[in-house]
Amino acid sequence: MKIIVCVKQTFDTEAKIVLEGGKVSDKGVKLIANPYDEFAVEEAIRIKEKEGGEVVLVCVGAESATEAMRYCLAMGGDRGIHLSDEAFLNGDEKSAAAALAKAIEEEGDYDLILCGQVAVDDGSAQVPQRLAELLDLPQVTIATKIELEDGKAKVTREADGGNEIWETELPAVITAQRGLNEPRYPSLPNIMKAKKKEIKNLTPDDIDADTDEIGANGAGTEIIEYFLPPKREAGKIFEGEVDECVKQLVDALKNEAKVI
Amino acid sequence: MSILVYCDTFEGKFRKVSLELLSEASKIAEKTGDEVHAIVLGPSAKALAEETGKYGAKKAFYCEDGVVENYSTEAYAELVEKAFDESEPKLFLIGHNPRGKDLAPRVAQRLELGMVSDVINIEVEGDDFIFTKPIYAGKCITKQKCKTEPAFASVRPNVMAVEEKGGDAPELVELTPEISLDDIRAIVKELVIQKSERPELTEAEIIVSGGRGLGKPEGFQLIEELADVLGAAVGASRAAVDAGWREHHDQVGQTGKVVSPVLYIACGISGAIQHLAGMGSSKFIVAINKDPEAPIFNVANYGIVGDLYKVVPVLIEELKKALNK
Repeated sequence: MKIIVCVKQTFDTEAKIVLEGGKVSDKGVKLIANPYDEFAVEEAIRIKEKEGGEVVLVCVGAESATEAMRYCLAMGGDRGIHLSDEAFLNGDEKSAAAALAKAIEEEGDYDLILCGQVAVDDGSAQVPQRLAELLDLPQVTIATKIELEDGKAKVTREADGGNEIWETELPAVITAQRGLNEPRYPSLPNIMKAKKKEIKNLTPDDIDADTDEIGANGAGTEIIEYFLPPKREAGKIFEGEVDECVKQLVDALKNEAKVI
Repeated sequence: MSILVYCDTFEGKFRKVSLELLSEASKIAEKTGDEVHAIVLGPSAKALAEETGKYGAKKAFYCEDGVVENYSTEAYAELVEKAFDESEPKLFLIGHNPRGKDLAPRVAQRLELGMVSDVINIEVEGDDFIFTKPIYAGKCITKQKCKTEPAFASVRPNVMAVEEKGGDAPELVELTPEISLDDIRAIVKELVIQKSERPELTEAEIIVSGGRGLGKPEGFQLIEELADVLGAAVGASRAAVDAGWREHHDQVGQTGKVVSPVLYIACGISGAIQHLAGMGSSKFIVAINKDPEAPIFNVANYGIVGDLYKVVPVLIEELKKALNK
C-alpha cells in the first residue's frame, strides 16, 4: 500500500506567544511536528508493517519544517516531499490544501491519505477535508480506530457523546484523533537512518500548481489583527476550616457570581 | 440576500449551537437588513425546519429523504450547495462541532471559498464581516476576514446567546438530492452514543472536572456526585484520561475539548497551560487543590486550598442546602 501522510511543523504546545510588530514572533520558539500528524504517521507505519508498502510524507512549510519531516521519517516514514518555495508560504488553509493536492496528484498511485485531524497552531481542522474535495475522495474525520478490509475501511469516529462507525471506500482521506494509537519515539539508529532518507523539494512548476491558488495569493482569508487575550486575574482563595471555606464559596457563587 | 445557517440536529432535536447561530444570524440580519435562512437535513428535518421561525428564520431549506437518514459528507454537502444556490447568502454560519468540522470545509472547498473556523465573535463593518478567532489554543486571538464571497465561518458552540424571537413559521423549501445511496462512498453505518442524563460538555452551563489529584479512578464518583447536584457535565484533565480513569470524550484541554461554561469547577487539577487552553474562557472558575502553588489558582475566581476528599463532600452538602435539594 502507498500511504500519503500530510505533516506540518507547528509551535510546541508549551510555547508562550509573544507579539512583535503586531504579529506572532517565532523567536526562540521550539518547533515540532504537529502532534496530531504524529498519530497519522504512526498509523501509516503500522499499516505498512502489516500490509507492506511505503509511507510518503508531504509537507507545505518553510525550510525549518524539514526537521519535522525528519522526525516523522525517523518514526518510520520512507520518504518525503517538501513544498518550501516562497510561493507556497504565508497562505491559509485553502492555499495549503491546493498545494498538497497538486503534490499528491503528481505523486499519484496512492491507496490512503492520512492527516492529523487538526493543527495545534491554527486549530482550524479544514485542510484534510479541502484536500479530499480537491482530489474527489471520500473522507472520514476525527478517527480513533481504522480497520482496513479489501479496498474499504471501517472507521470509528469521535462525535458528541459517543462514536460514529463509518464505512468508506478507498482511497480516502482519514484524519487522526488522539487515541488512534500511541506514536512511537524514534530510536537513535532510526534517527540516524532518517538523515539519509529522501526529501524531495518540489517547486510550483514541478507540481503544475497555479500560483494564484497557493501561498499568500491563494488564501481565502486574511488576518487583520493579532492580539493577546486579556489575562485572567487570580481571585479569592478561601482559607481556614473546610466548613467555613465551603460556606464562603457557596455564598460567593450564589450572591457574588450568581451562577447558582 | 441572506444570512444562511446550517442547523445541526440530533435525535429529532436541534443541537444547542444551531439555536445560538440562528439567534446570532438574527442579530446580524437586523444590522444588514437581510433575511435569515436555515438549512435542516436528516430525520425530522421538516418539523424542525418549521421551528426555525421562532429564532428568526424567514425561510428554511430541508430534506428528509432516505439518502440523508444516515450522515454522509457527500449527500449533505450536495444539499448545502443547493441551498446556497437558492438562498444567495452573503454569510454562511455553521457550528464548529463534530458535524460542522466534517461538513463545512468540504462545502467551502466545493464552493472555492475561504473559511474561518472556530469563531467566537462576529462584527459587521459595512459590507464586511470581521471574525474573532483564537489561535495557538487561545494563547493568541485574531480578527480575520474572508477574501471570497459569501463569507463562511464555523462558530464555537456555547459562546453566543440563544434568543427566541417568537416569529412565524418560515417559508419551507424542500431540497431534492441528486446523489443516491449507491453513489455514496463514505457513510455512517452505526452510532454508539453513551446515553447520559448529563449535558454534553461543549453545551454545558456548569462543568465539574477531576484531575490527577483524585489519585484513583474511584475519585470520579465524588466528581459525579457534585456534578449531579449542579446538573453539570463531568470533565477530566489529560492526566486523568491518560491514567485510564475517564474516556477521551471527557477530556478538557488543548488536545481534548474546548468548553465555555458559565461555571467550571476544577478538582485536583493543577492547571497546566494545555488544560487552560480548554477551559480558560469559562465565565467563572473554581479551583480545589491541596497544592497552594498550583497554577490553576492564578486563573480561578475562587479557590480552596485543601484535600478535595474533605472539601468536596462538604461542598455537596452545602450546595444541596443552597439549592434546596
